[in-house]
Amino acid sequence: MNKPVIEVADATKTFMVSAGFMRGKMPLHAVNGVSVEVQQGEVLGIVGESGCGKTTLARMMLGLLDPTSGAIKVNGQPVHEVDRLEVARQLQPIFQDPYSSLNPRKSIGDIVTLPLKVQGDPDPGTWKSRAEEMMELVGLPRRVYNNYPSQLSGGQRQRVAIARALINRPQIVICDEPTSALDVSVQSQILNLLQDLRKEFGLTYIIISHNLAVVEHMATRVAVMYLGRIVEQADTESLFSSPKHPYTEALLGSVLTPEPGLGVPDTHLGAAYPNPIDPPSGCTFHPRCAKVMDRCSKQFPPIIPTKGGFVECHLYADDVKPGKVATTRRRTAAAKAKTGRAATVRKTTRKRTSASKGK
Amino acid sequence: MVERILEVERLSVDIQVPAGMLRAVQGIDFHVDRGETLCIVGESGCGKSITALSLMNLLPSSAIRSANKLELDGQDIRNLDERKMSDLRGDRIAMIFQEPMTSLNPAYTIGNQLEEAMLRHRNVSRSEARDRAVFLLEKVGITGARGRLKQYPHQLSGGLRQRVMIAMSLMCGPDLIIADEPTTALDVTIQAQILHLLADLQREFNMSLILITHDLGIVARVADRVAVMYAGEFVETGSADEVFNRPSHPYTQGLLNCIPIPGKTKRGAHLGAIPGIVPSLIGYMEGCHFASRCQFAQDDCLRGDIAFRDAAKGGHEYRCVLSPAETARNIKKASAA
Amino acid sequence: MTDATIGRASIPTAQEILEPSPGAMLRRRIFGHAGIVIGGFVLLVIVLMAVFASVISPGDPYDQVLDRKLIPPIWTDSPKATWDHPFGTDALGRDYLTRLFYGAQISLLIGFSAMLISGVIGTTLGVLAGYYGGRVDMVVNFILTTRLSMPVILVALAVVSLIGSSLTVVIWVLGLLIWDRFAVVMRSATQQIRSLEFVSAAQALGCSKTRIILSEIMPNIANHLIVVATLEMAHAILLEAALSFLGLGVQPPEPSWGLMVSEAKGLMFFDAWLITIPGAAIFALVLSINLLGDGIRDVTAPENRN
Repeated sequence: MNKPVIEVADATKTFMVSAGFMRGKMPLHAVNGVSVEVQQGEVLGIVGESGCGKTTLARMMLGLLDPTSGAIKVNGQPVHEVDRLEVARQLQPIFQDPYSSLNPRKSIGDIVTLPLKVQGDPDPGTWKSRAEEMMELVGLPRRVYNNYPSQLSGGQRQRVAIARALINRPQIVICDEPTSALDVSVQSQILNLLQDLRKEFGLTYIIISHNLAVVEHMATRVAVMYLGRIVEQADTESLFSSPKHPYTEALLGSVLTPEPGLGVPDTHLGAAYPNPIDPPSGCTFHPRCAKVMDRCSKQFPPIIPTKGGFVECHLYADDVKPGKVATTRRRTAAAKAKTGRAATVRKTTRKRTSASKGK
Repeated sequence: MVERILEVERLSVDIQVPAGMLRAVQGIDFHVDRGETLCIVGESGCGKSITALSLMNLLPSSAIRSANKLELDGQDIRNLDERKMSDLRGDRIAMIFQEPMTSLNPAYTIGNQLEEAMLRHRNVSRSEARDRAVFLLEKVGITGARGRLKQYPHQLSGGLRQRVMIAMSLMCGPDLIIADEPTTALDVTIQAQILHLLADLQREFNMSLILITHDLGIVARVADRVAVMYAGEFVETGSADEVFNRPSHPYTQGLLNCIPIPGKTKRGAHLGAIPGIVPSLIGYMEGCHFASRCQFAQDDCLRGDIAFRDAAKGGHEYRCVLSPAETARNIKKASAA
Repeated sequence: MTDATIGRASIPTAQEILEPSPGAMLRRRIFGHAGIVIGGFVLLVIVLMAVFASVISPGDPYDQVLDRKLIPPIWTDSPKATWDHPFGTDALGRDYLTRLFYGAQISLLIGFSAMLISGVIGTTLGVLAGYYGGRVDMVVNFILTTRLSMPVILVALAVVSLIGSSLTVVIWVLGLLIWDRFAVVMRSATQQIRSLEFVSAAQALGCSKTRIILSEIMPNIANHLIVVATLEMAHAILLEAALSFLGLGVQPPEPSWGLMVSEAKGLMFFDAWLITIPGAAIFALVLSINLLGDGIRDVTAPENRN
C-alpha cells in the first residue's frame, strides 16, 4: 500500500494586505482550506490562473511559508516543525525563471555543489566529481563547471537548477512553472529531461503550471485551483476527458492547440477575475460561471466525490434535479450555446445522481 | 480585387552592439492584404519583435533599417521623417504591446489617454473623442464604459488593460494593427477572450493584423497566413492550413513536434526536441541558418543563399535544400523511427 | 562520419562561442570608461602623495621659518619665488607643498575611516531591514527618519564643541552621522535581491539566514555598496573640510586641507594661492572619487549590460 509522501490537510494561508490608501489592512486568503495528498511516485499537476494560490501552496509545501492554519506533512512529519535541512533532503523546488533562480555572482560549480555544502556533506573531495556527474545527467557539458549563469542559455540554466535540486537525491520535486519562461523547443527538452529523471530516480513530482497541455502531458493526477481552493481533482484521464467543474471546462476550452481551422474558443467566462480580498459569496466562481444557479451565490458548494477524485460544485449535489439547472445570466449571444450546454449538464447530472444513489 | 495594405521587400535591420554588427533581420519579404491576419512566429531572439518595431520606425538609435520596398497602402514609408512617421503611427498603423501595464501611462486616466490618441491625429472636439472612446470601450467588452474613463490604469486588471490598449489602437480606425505578443502576459482564459475579441473587431472594421507570437497554438487559431521566422530570416510562409498540416521546413516540423497536444500526443511520451541553440546573429552567416541544428543537414546547406521553393501552389514556400518529396520522405522516416 | 556531422561541425554555433566570463567583461568595461580611468588616476596620485608624504616632501609640515613666510609659488612672477618651496610657504613660513602632501593623509584617513564606520552601520541596518521587512523594517525606518531630521553640520558642531576636537572625534562624529545613504540604498537593493528566486532556492536547500545574507545577497549588492562608499567618502572629506574651516575639525598645527583654507582666509585678497591650492586639492580629490563612483555604477548597472 502506498503511503502519501505529502499530506496537506485543510491548509490556509492568509496574508494581510493593504486595501488601499488609508483603509487599513484586509485579510487575503491566498490558500483557503486546501487538502491534498501526493502518493509516492505520482505526478500531481496543479493548474489555475495567476492569483489562484498555487504558488503559495507550493511555498507552504516547501516550508518557505508557514500555513496560517492546517497542517502540511512530508513523509508523515509536519514540515514547519522538522529541521529545515531534513526537509531540504526530501523536497526540492525547481522555479519558473532560470534567469532569477541562479545567483549571478556564483559559478555553476558553486551553485550545483551548494546543497552538498549546506547539508555538511562529509566528503568534500568528491563534491566536484559528483556535481559533474549530476551535470552530465541533466545534459550539461562538464566544461561549464567554472562558468557563470550569464554565460548560459535559458535552457542550460534550467538544467543547472535541476542539477542543484537533484544532487542530494530528494524524493519529491516541486516544479513551479518549470518551462513557462523557456522557448518551445527548449521546453520540450526540459519536459523530456524531467520525465527521464523521474524514471531514473523514482521521483515524485508536483508540477504547477498554467499551461494545461504541459500538465496533461506530465501529470498522473490534476488539481484545479480557483481563488485559493481546489475546485476539482481527478486523475488526468478523467479530468481531461470529462471535466466536471464548469471552471475546469472553461480552462480546457481555452487551451489553444496548434490545429488550424478550429478558431478561438469562446469560454463564456466573464471578463474579470474577482478581487481575492473581496471574494464573491457562496461559490467563488459563480459570477463567471455559465451554469450558475440561485443557490451558488448563497451557499458554499459541497464536496462531491467523483470517479477519479472530487469536485466542489452545486451542480452535482444530490438534490439538484435536472429541471433546476437554470441559467440566470442574460446574455443573448450566449443563450443558444447555453441551452445546448444545459442539456449535456442535465445528462451528466442524472448519471451522477444515479451513480451516487447506486452506492 | 484584394487591397494590399502593407508590402515589404528585403527588409533588413542591423544593430550595432559592442561585439559587432548584429544582423537581427536579414532581408525578409512579406505583404498583408486588407482584412487579413499575418502571424509571424518564432522563438525569442529570432528578430520578430525587431521586425514589428522596424515597421513602426521605432527602432533604437543603434539600429539601421534598410528595405527595397516598404509601402503602406501604396505609399513609400522608407524615408519619411520622424514627424510624418508619427502622423502615421496611431492613425494608419497602430501597435499593441505585450505588457499592458507599461504601455499605458500610469499618471493619466484611461479616458484622457484614449482621447489623446484621437485628438493627436483628427480634427475633432474633445467630446467627440470621448464619445468614440466610450463606443470603443463598449466594443471591446468593457462594461460601464463612461465610468471607466475616469479610472487610472492601475485600477484595472491585466485583461482589462489589454482591452483598453486594443480600444486605444482602434481610436483612429487604423488600416493595420501590429500586435506584439498581445496575450503572453495574460492567463489562458483571458488570452482566449482577447484573441476572440481581436478577431471579431478585425472582421467588423475590416482591418489588417500582424500578430507576432511564439505560441504556435495562437497562430494556428488566428492566422490567415503564417511566416515562421528563425535567426533573422523567414524559413517558411504560407496559409495557416498549409503550414500546420504540411510543415515543410525542418524547423517548422521540429517546433510542431515539441508541443504536447492533449488527446493527440501520447501522455508521458518523449516529445520531439530541436537540439542545440540559436546561432549568434553577429556577423555574416553563409547558408542555412538552421543547419547547425537540423537533423537533415548536408553539405549543400552551408553554401550560398538557400532559396525559397514552393511546397504547394497558393504561396506555401519554404527555404530549404530539400525538395517537397525529400521532405515528405524524411518525415516518414522520422515517424517510423 | 556522415556528411551531416561534418556540416554541423563547421558552423560555429552560439554554444561554441561562449561569452567571456563576467569578470573579463567587467574588466573590459572598466578600462573603456573615461570616468573610471581619469578618476582612478587622480585618486591614485593623491593616495601615492599621502602614502609617500614623508619621502617626497621637500620639508617638514610643522617647521616654521618665519623669515621665509608667504613666499609665492614658482609659477607666479614674484621675484621671491624659489624652487626650495615650489608651492610657496604659508603665513608661518611652512612649506605649502609639504603641508599639502601631509594634508592628503588626513583627508584620506578621515574620509576612509568615516566611510568605513558609516558603511558598517548603514549596511547592517539596511540589509537587515531589507531582508526581514515587517517590524525590523519599521524600526530601521524610524531610526533612519530620526537621523535624517538632524542637520549633520550642526550636530557635528555641537558634539565637537562639547567634547573637544581631535582627529578621532571628527572621524567618529562623521562616521556616526552619514550612514543614512548606505541604509537607504542597501535596504532597497536587499529587498530587490531577496525577492529573486535564487534566495528562495537557497532557503529551500536549508541555508541558514546568515549564509543567505552573506553569501547569496551580499555579493549581489556589493556593487551598490562600492558606489555608495565612494560617494560617502567624498561626502566625509567635504564635511571634514567644512568642519576644519569652521575651526571645529582638525586642530592646528595639523595640515588638513580644510584648515589650510581656513588659515588663509584672511589673506585671500593678497595671496590668493593660499586658498586656491588646498581648495583645488579638495576639489580634485572629491571629483576623482565621485567620477570613480559614478563610473563603477555605470559599469555594474544591469541596464548597461547587453
